[in-house]
Amino acid sequence: MIRSDVLKTLIPLISEQLLVTNIGLPSQEMHLLDDQPSNFYMLGTMGLASSIGLGLALAQDKKVIALDGDGSVLMNFGTLPTIANNVASNFILLIIDNGSYGSTGDQPTYSGMKTSLSDVATACGCDHVVECQAEDAFDTVKAALEGDQMTIIVCKCESGNIKVPVIDIDPVVIKDRFMKVVQS
Amino acid sequence: MSVNDVIMDALVENKVDFVTTVPCKQLAGVIEKIDEAPDIYHIPANREDEGMGLCAGAYLGGKRPAIIMQNTAIGVTINSLTTLIQFYRMPLPMLISYRGEVGEPVACQVEMAVHTKALLNQLSIPIYHFHKPEDADELTDILSYCYMSKKPVAVLMDATFWKGA
Repeated sequence: MIRSDVLKTLIPLISEQLLVTNIGLPSQEMHLLDDQPSNFYMLGTMGLASSIGLGLALAQDKKVIALDGDGSVLMNFGTLPTIANNVASNFILLIIDNGSYGSTGDQPTYSGMKTSLSDVATACGCDHVVECQAEDAFDTVKAALEGDQMTIIVCKCESGNIKVPVIDIDPVVIKDRFMKVVQS
Repeated sequence: MSVNDVIMDALVENKVDFVTTVPCKQLAGVIEKIDEAPDIYHIPANREDEGMGLCAGAYLGGKRPAIIMQNTAIGVTINSLTTLIQFYRMPLPMLISYRGEVGEPVACQVEMAVHTKALLNQLSIPIYHFHKPEDADELTDILSYCYMSKKPVAVLMDATFWKGA
């Protein structure tokens, strides 16, 4: 299973949740597969999906899922100790770990080599870290949504991409419709 | 009244309730007060671009965020300022310790100081330079202006200003 297959299986679970989606293909695939006002598409700023997600989770009570990638977390490693030490029970960091920079041509990342993101998250002090295979993504995310505990999920999947159009929604519109869902 | 108290009062008056910080010697006093403030969630960041992500998320969640950092951080936040804060049109008051100005003991700090205003100007970010302690009296209005305009605003506070701390 590649990332888009994982996302397809998750849509029934996450469609109405507040999602902060990582720049590039994760945002574009969610936009193609299930465009929702509850999706905050990052059109730039690689690395900050987990930070935006945490800030949002700390600011209000609704569940928040940051849909992140391994390359993006590697770019902003400082996020993991911040998450560990500022626990938001309504926050799920879902790292789709395909061991590659998918949006730029599938160059390998270190998480596909010797570095384990779940071990790093645990070492940073995150209390509830779950590593799963793509086939178990649905059950793992379901359990996290039903629980009342901040969860870091590292979902391992194969590298590969589907063809997707770029997102041409104005960023201010993305923000505005998202904030209306948050406030509803 | 210490400038630290004037800054705190301006934050409280503007209902700022989410502050991320990366420390600087000059900022130690104000960071301590923010940490003790009952109505402000203080979240230290490891790097200032991470802090801007936290502030963006908090804003989406209905908070009034601010970031406190050193001017060297302009070097690591240009992408976050342009593609996140400005692109999505979000307010972000940046209370900045302006190192490298007159009174600076560390030569390396001057290297970033000479570029600070030029970089902020290049980004079309409004700059307010606090040099004397009484300059802080304008902070309340600057914060209101920032949230009204939904843009980042830079408040540069130099060594002479911090003598009022």
